[in-house]
Parts: sequence; C-alpha cells; structure tokens
Amino acid sequence: MTTTKPLYGRRLTGLAIATAVVVTASIGLAFFYAPIEVDQGFSQKIFYIHVPLAIVTLGGFVFGGIFGVQYLRTGESRHDLRSYTAIHQGLIFCIGALITGSIWAKAAWGQWWVWDEPTLVSFLIVFLLYCTYQPLRFSIEDPERQARYAAVFAIVAGVFVPVNFIAVRLASPLIHPRVLGSSGGSLPNDMRIAFYSALLGATLLFITICKYEMASKNNRAQLAALRRSISGESGDISTGRSAAPKISPS
Amino acid sequence: MSASRPPSTLAATSAVLAKELRLERRAPQTLTAMALFSATAIVIFHFALGRDEVSGALASGVLWVTLTLAALLGIGRVFVADSEEGGLDGFLLAPVERSALLIAKALSLLIFLIGVGALTSLIFAVLLLGPTPSVTQWGSLAIVIVLADIGIALVGTLVAAIAIQTRTRDLITSILALPLLIPVLIGATRACEPLLSVGGGGLATRWLMMLGLYDLVFGLLAYALFDYLIED
Repeated sequence: MTTTKPLYGRRLTGLAIATAVVVTASIGLAFFYAPIEVDQGFSQKIFYIHVPLAIVTLGGFVFGGIFGVQYLRTGESRHDLRSYTAIHQGLIFCIGALITGSIWAKAAWGQWWVWDEPTLVSFLIVFLLYCTYQPLRFSIEDPERQARYAAVFAIVAGVFVPVNFIAVRLASPLIHPRVLGSSGGSLPNDMRIAFYSALLGATLLFITICKYEMASKNNRAQLAALRRSISGESGDISTGRSAAPKISPS
Repeated sequence: MSASRPPSTLAATSAVLAKELRLERRAPQTLTAMALFSATAIVIFHFALGRDEVSGALASGVLWVTLTLAALLGIGRVFVADSEEGGLDGFLLAPVERSALLIAKALSLLIFLIGVGALTSLIFAVLLLGPTPSVTQWGSLAIVIVLADIGIALVGTLVAAIAIQTRTRDLITSILALPLLIPVLIGATRACEPLLSVGGGGLATRWLMMLGLYDLVFGLLAYALFDYLIED
C-alpha cells in the first residue's frame, strides 16, 4: 500500500529550477540594472535582500497561524506539518533579515544596532517569540497534544505580530526608509523592478525550501513505515522525542 | 439540586473564583511570594543602579520590570495546584462551559496582580521614587496598572494553560510570556513616565488606548482558543 503511493517531492524539480533562475536574475538586476542610490551609495543594495527576506518572514509566520487555525478546525496532521514548516523556515529567514538589517544599519548609521528603528526592533521581538516554538513543541511528548498546542501558539503569535508592530512603532520616532509608501511607493521604476523581482525570488525560495522540508519529512516517515513492515514489526513505534510533527504514513 | 439543569457559566465562574481566593486566603502562597519578590527587587534596583532616588523614565522602567517579573511568578502558579491535585480533571467532569475556568483563573490572577501592583507602587514611592505624585497622578497610575494587568492576566492565563502540559513548564512560562508581554510593557512604561517625573504630567490617552486594544485582542483570542488547551 505504501509502495503504490507516489514519492513526495517529484514535481519539485521545476519549482527548484524556476527559483534558481528568478533568484539569479533578481541578484543580477539588483547589482547591474538598478541604479546606485544617491544618499546611501552601494550599501543600499542590501535593501534588495533585506526587505524581501523580512516580508517573506512575516508571510511565513502569518501562514503558520492560518495553517494552525486549519489544524484546530480539521485535526488533519498535514496542516500541522505545514504550520510547522512555515514557522521553522520563517525563523531561518527571520535570522537572515535581522543580520542583513544589522549590516545595513552599520552602513547607513554607523552602528550595528539602532533602537529607534521600529521595524528592526519589532523584528527582534517577533524573533524572540518564535524562538520558543521549537522548545514548546519539544517539551510536549504526546504528538496529538503537541500539534494542538503548537497550533494555538502559532495563532497567538500570528496575532501578536501586528499588535507588536503597532506598539513598537508608537514608541519610537520614524526614521526607517519608507520604500513602499501608502501612495504606491516612492521608488523609481528601475529600482522597483529590481525590488519586485527580488521579492518574487525570496518568495519562491521560501516556498521551495518549505516544500522540500515537507517532502523530506514525509519520505522519512514512509521509509520508517517500510522498514517496520519489512522487519515484521507492527504498531506505532516512537522514534524518540521530537519537536517535528509526527506524520502517519497512510 | 436537580440534576436536569447544569449550572450557568456565571455560577461556575464565581465558584472557581471563590475557590481560588479561599485557597489563597487559607494558605497564602502566590500573593505573598509576588509581594516579597517585588519589595526585594526594588531594594536590588537601589543597589544595582547605585541611586537613592529615581524619577521619570527610569522610575517607570524600574516599577514595570519589577511588576512584570513578579507577574511571571503568579503566572507560573495559575494551574499548578489544579494539575497536581486533580482539579483540572474534576473541572472537566463537571457539566459547565470550559471558558468559565479561563475567566475565573484570569480574574483571580488579575486580583493578585492589582494587589501586588498597589502594594509595590506604595513601597516604590516610599523607598526609591524621587518626586511625590499628586492624588490625580495616583489615580492615573491606578488606571494604567489596572489596564496593563488585564492584559497580563489574559495572556498569563493562556500561557499558563499551555505551559502546564509541558515537561519544562517553568522555562516555557518565562520564555513564552516575556516576549508576548513586551507591548504591555511599552504601553505601561510610556504611560507612567510623565506621572513619575519631577515636574509631573498628565496621562497620555494613546498609551491607554494601546493597552485597551491589547486587552481586547488577547481577551478575544484567549476566549477563542482556551477550549483547545484543556480538551483532554
């Protein structure tokens, strides 16, 4: 029964190639097509990496919360896996956004960290909150309860993100460069093209990595099930505690 | 009592709340520990900062760091007695709404927090605070403490319900509650800053609105999600 099931991740090749192409193209656009910014010079190029990473991170966290809602509604473990993957990769992208933001702050203001920049500070708080996701999962042994509590966390944290942004923004003067104003953006056209292609690249990269992580987890679960059926063991064998969601190969 | 009609949510809530308060009255644990912690923390701040008097932003920060960390002690205890003595199982067997437990626990935590907040600000005013607040400023301070404590109580009860089922509940409580409470801390410290300054100032409504928004959002969220946390 498990052998007739198609392997996970077979159709990912096309997505992976598209991602590689878009990411390469967007890097090319950012460095060779987009003009050098007048005030900040070459260091402004990091904007094409930092801002897409930050936007994709927030998107990942939001989707983590949405999949959490779906898990609580349906109780299907695939939603738990999606929520877990979105938050896991979001956290990694968040580290990237924090590091690139810090480098940009050093280049623009001469300091590695500036407290009067609300977006960066909000990001740090959000990062600290989401850092507790894995320890929380790890400290709950029962897989069903782990999934349920992780979903509750994903929803609470997802709601916390905008509340936190409002609070931090209120508390500090506004000096962050506004790249996309409410009036549709103050970017010149060539910069905007480079920025949107970088955003697309980061989004594709996020989706591809998420899909690969889910495929890997599914494959591992199937492999474990096959091993068990070969060795003649039956029943559910726990492979030790884990923060990752438990997948039942069916 | 006739077995046909289950007790209302209000009755269940007040029964659990009365139980919480009776427990604390007969064997004072949480409230005394929080109060002692706060008083000691203010003494520690005196030595750590090397100052006899503080005012303004520094005073506001000292007060709210103390209150937040004291709140963590209270949050860590919310479900411990029920979990150890089987109170949670007993509650789940009763034919009442589960949100009654959330409301009662949040209310009892709120009462503890307000008590500790009142006591701590008095001790703080005597020991460390430079300027003497006027009656109006005391009133404004009370409003800020109540609004912030509502948020802390709601989020704290939610976090406590998550943490009680984990093996490392003390660690999970602290690392989960602290980042979630940062917006409360921002609003409360900024609102208290002019009240504790030398010249003295009024209350800025935007921080009160922010605290109110936080209370509303996390109140609704806790109400919606609490059932999933005590399902077993």
